Formats: sequence, C-alpha cells, structure tokens
Amino acid sequence: MYALIAGGGKVGSNLARTLIRAGHEVTLIEQRGPRFDQLEKELEHQVHKGDATELFTLERAGIERPPDVVVAVTGDDEDNVVICQLARDRFGVENVIARVNDPRNQPYFDLLGIAPTVSATAAIMGLIEHEVPEHGLIHLLELKKENLEIVEITIGEKDACAGKAIGQVALPEGSRVISVVRDGKAEPPDASLTLEPGDSVLAILAPGKEEELRRVLVRE
Amino acid sequence: MKVIVIGSGRVGSAVALDLKAAGWEVTVIDEREEALGRLGDNWTGEFVVGHGMDLQLLRDVGIDEADAVVVTTDGDNSNIVIGQMAKKQFNVPSVVIRVLDPARAEFYTSRGLNIVCPTSSAIASLTAAVRAYEGALR
Repeated sequence: MYALIAGGGKVGSNLARTLIRAGHEVTLIEQRGPRFDQLEKELEHQVHKGDATELFTLERAGIERPPDVVVAVTGDDEDNVVICQLARDRFGVENVIARVNDPRNQPYFDLLGIAPTVSATAAIMGLIEHEVPEHGLIHLLELKKENLEIVEITIGEKDACAGKAIGQVALPEGSRVISVVRDGKAEPPDASLTLEPGDSVLAILAPGKEEELRRVLVRE
Repeated sequence: MKVIVIGSGRVGSAVALDLKAAGWEVTVIDEREEALGRLGDNWTGEFVVGHGMDLQLLRDVGIDEADAVVVTTDGDNSNIVIGQMAKKQFNVPSVVIRVLDPARAEFYTSRGLNIVCPTSSAIASLTAAVRAYEGALR
C-alpha cells in the first residue's frame, strides 16, 4: 500500500513509522523547518518539506500516482479539509482520512463529505461514556457513509426489558440487535433469547433513534 | 441588504466601508479586537470579535438571513472552508472568497465557488504593463 500523510507532528510521524515498519510505502509531508530537519534524519527521502495544501507540494510528493490513501493529520482543521478535498476531487484519491482537532469543526468535514474523520476529543468522550454508566447508552462506532451507528446498552434490574425475550421488545424502526454480551460471551440475538439484568445489548441503528431505543430497553 | 465580512484586514475593512457607504447593513468579524481600528472612528456597522469558522458565531450574527458574505481572512484555507459553509449550509446567495494562491483559486473556481485571486490579478496587470511598454517601442 502507498500512503501519503500530511502533517509530521506526533500523530503523523508515528503513523508513518508504523506503516513503514509494516512494510508499506509512505510519503510524509511536513511544513515546519526544524521539525522537517528532525524527521529527515530518521525518514530520509520518505519525508518531503512543504505545505500540503499547495498543489505542487502534493504533486512533488507523488499524489498523481495516486496513493491508496491520503491521511490529513495537521493541527489545523481548515488545512485538513482542503488537503482531503484536493486529494479526492482534484487528484482522484479514493480513500481519505482526516483528523478533526476541534470537535466544533466536525460539521465542516460532514458538509463536504470528508470521511472517515478521527477526533481525539470524541474518542475520549466515548471512553468517558463507557466509564460512566448513568449515560445508559454508549456510542461504540459511527458508520458515517452508511449513516448508521453501533451502540451498547447495559440492562439494569428495574429496566423495562429485563425478563423479556428480544422478540417481545418493540425496537425502533430500522434498528437491530447485533448481539447480547453476557458473562463475557457474545450470544447471538435470537428472538427467543431472554434479556437479563447485567446483559450488554449491542444494537445498530440510525443516528437520532437512540432515545427511542433507550426508552424501550431501559425505562420502565 | 445584509452582508457579513469575515476578516477585517486591509482588504476586508475597505470592502466593509465601501458597502456601508453604499447603504448595506454590514457586520464585520475578526479575531483581533484591534481590527476594529481599520474601520475608522465613525464605524456604525456591527463589529464582532471571534473566529470565522465558529458556526455558533455565524448563526448569532444572522448568516441565515445574509444576502452576501465576503471571506477575507489572512488564511486561504480558512477562507475556502468558511466560504463553502456559507454557500452550501447557510445558502447565502452571494459568497465571495479571497484566495491568494492561484492554483487553489483555479481549482475552487472550477468547483463553482466565486473566488477572487489578487495574485492572479497582479500577475496579469504586471505582465500587461510590460507588454504595453514593449508595444509602445514598436
């Protein structure tokens, strides 16, 4: 695989190292002089100096081949948006991945169809949700292209669905139980499977249906 | 008519003043409070300190009802993303975007954005001035 990475900070440089170690071809683009000098000692010809939002920098780095994936992980969200737009719409790169530094900028990526995106803040929020059970419903994975998400709900003793079979629960339209995790084992979601307190229900659904799902599963 | 000018440097502030003089209702956004100084002592339009990518700020200043948005911050990429948001999300009828890099200006023009590239204009004027001198010699 050939990957072009824009932004040689902690994220970009470690990503480059990891991919190179796994035997992949990588070109890393870094703009800042001192940082570039540092990276060049280690990565030699695999790092290019320049502004990855300039077309000629991307061309010199080999974007016209084109790469299998372009990863935009600079510290500026506007730059990451433009890098992905140029890669996809100007150079025909099929896969782009962008880092979102400020989660408030996520709508820019969504509006312009840049996906998948990775946000450290959103990821940590996900972990916090996982650790704080009163949230009830945990977002495990967002499938942006498909407009679906996978969530986890842990069933309590007093919850509406405890003691009911999956087939008896009126799930929101378009949602589906994928599995029920009980005592560390993932059970298949048969309609006859009875939900017990302590079960973790994994479900797939369209964004916006979470409240409805929570209502049928955990509210009395 | 209502216009929002994002980025009040030399260009943005002058555009804001011209449109204000022409009778427009003008709101200027700039990250730096000092940028208000460029609008002169008698500025009677709105001036808001904030980042042009801040969607809440854009809603607060009424981008939904704006007739026009002029994007002239000092960052090409900021201008490009803010301009696309104004056009595609808020459906502002006239969005004008300043982009200094001719290559990016050409690409985003081809994508249907209304881009003004002062660098390309300068190149054309300078070349034309030399060619005029050449012509006068003949």
